[in-house]
Amino acid sequence: MLPAALRAAPGANPSRLETGRGAMSELSLRGENLHVWRGERHVLRGLALEVTSGEVLQVTGANGAGKTSLLRALCGLLQLEAGRVSWGGRDVREDLPAYHASLAYLGHEPPLKADLTACENIRYWVGLRRKLRPPEIASTLESVGAPGLADRLVRTLSAGQRRRVALAGLLLLAAPLWLLDEPTTHLDAAGQQLVGRLIEQHVQAGGLAVSAVHHELAVSPERVRRLELSRG
Amino acid sequence: MSATATMLACRAEVPSALDVASLALARDLKLAFRKRGEIAQPLAFFAVVTTLFPLAITPELSRLREIAPGVLWVAALLASLLALEYLFRDDARDGTLEQYALCGRSLTWLLYAKTAAHWVLTGLPLALLAPFAGVALGAPAGAFPGIVITIAIGTIALSLLGAIGAALTIGTRRGGVLLSLLTLPLAVPILIFGARATELAIRGESYAAPLELLGAFAVLGATLAPLAAAAAVRISLE
Repeated sequence: MLPAALRAAPGANPSRLETGRGAMSELSLRGENLHVWRGERHVLRGLALEVTSGEVLQVTGANGAGKTSLLRALCGLLQLEAGRVSWGGRDVREDLPAYHASLAYLGHEPPLKADLTACENIRYWVGLRRKLRPPEIASTLESVGAPGLADRLVRTLSAGQRRRVALAGLLLLAAPLWLLDEPTTHLDAAGQQLVGRLIEQHVQAGGLAVSAVHHELAVSPERVRRLELSRG
Repeated sequence: MSATATMLACRAEVPSALDVASLALARDLKLAFRKRGEIAQPLAFFAVVTTLFPLAITPELSRLREIAPGVLWVAALLASLLALEYLFRDDARDGTLEQYALCGRSLTWLLYAKTAAHWVLTGLPLALLAPFAGVALGAPAGAFPGIVITIAIGTIALSLLGAIGAALTIGTRRGGVLLSLLTLPLAVPILIFGARATELAIRGESYAAPLELLGAFAVLGATLAPLAAAAAVRISLE
């Protein structure tokens, strides 16, 4: 189950975003003519993409095709050689902190500290964005199939359990834009279904997601846009 | 509630910059106390180096007193450097730094908090330990406040300066060696003024002038170093 903040409400208009400056604009992520170099490799050559509210962009491709580079470029961790990324119709470079506050990025490895408990990890991670109450953390952990893990040190958790804790953090960030790099890594079949369900609920609630995957996401096909990257 | 409303709701409960920095500081302190070995390592290094000198040179207190400022400061500088290697290393490996960079809050503030935690865990204990090392080196009891305060202020400057080096060497192999090469030349003025202040304190003279210079380095570091470290972290994350 999603946190209350992310459940769709009848009559809500999720496709529009109130920006910090008071203007209303489309909830969409667009990349235009994206060029990224990694060392001597020209990884992304003039790539264009668009995802709007209610959609998930599923990015596939062989290892080294540039899936992670694309995600990192979209969230601003990687400098673009050329091109632009726009969020809500506005170039993200105009107000990078506001854009960052709207996105949740989950990389290959969950950003968890082995010597902190699952609850502490989430509090210190998500707490940078919003104030959290302990029951909220416990209920969200339960919703991702990780009940009873709140007080366990992350070093004692399996890779799949860590991934579930990270998914709980992702939900609690309550960001409209999800950028996910191999979100199903280390998860069993039930976990993979869970990821699909969470993404589905997120986009149904008006959010949008870009996910790099090796396997098809368990999301309704009508909500999925596909982008295949090739090497070279 | 829609994503729009979610975002607006979240903005309403956004923590202040001070809350965010406090959270980062609390996190680092909690982590450090769960990995006590890492805190103890620079302190043990400092204690061993300063107590080995009397054994290696001479037990004569008047001679030891002469070299005490240099020994205390070189040991404090190297101990501080030893701990700097851990400042950003684990956070870079597990993706925490990426989350800091993407949280929509000031990365400079967050790195400030991390550097403050580093000083609380290394600089402050070194300053508190220094009088005990001073006893072994023949420093009189009257010099203890001077030793504590000079090393405390000097290590603030060292932590801030070292944060830039630590940020620049994220992701490099044998980052510790590179970190030393980057930081040590810049730390020389701190070493000189710190040793001079400690020497004057041991002699029972006024050490205000070199202490003020150390303070100036600390203020300069506090003003510029987190900004430079944040820029370096962003580059290193690419």
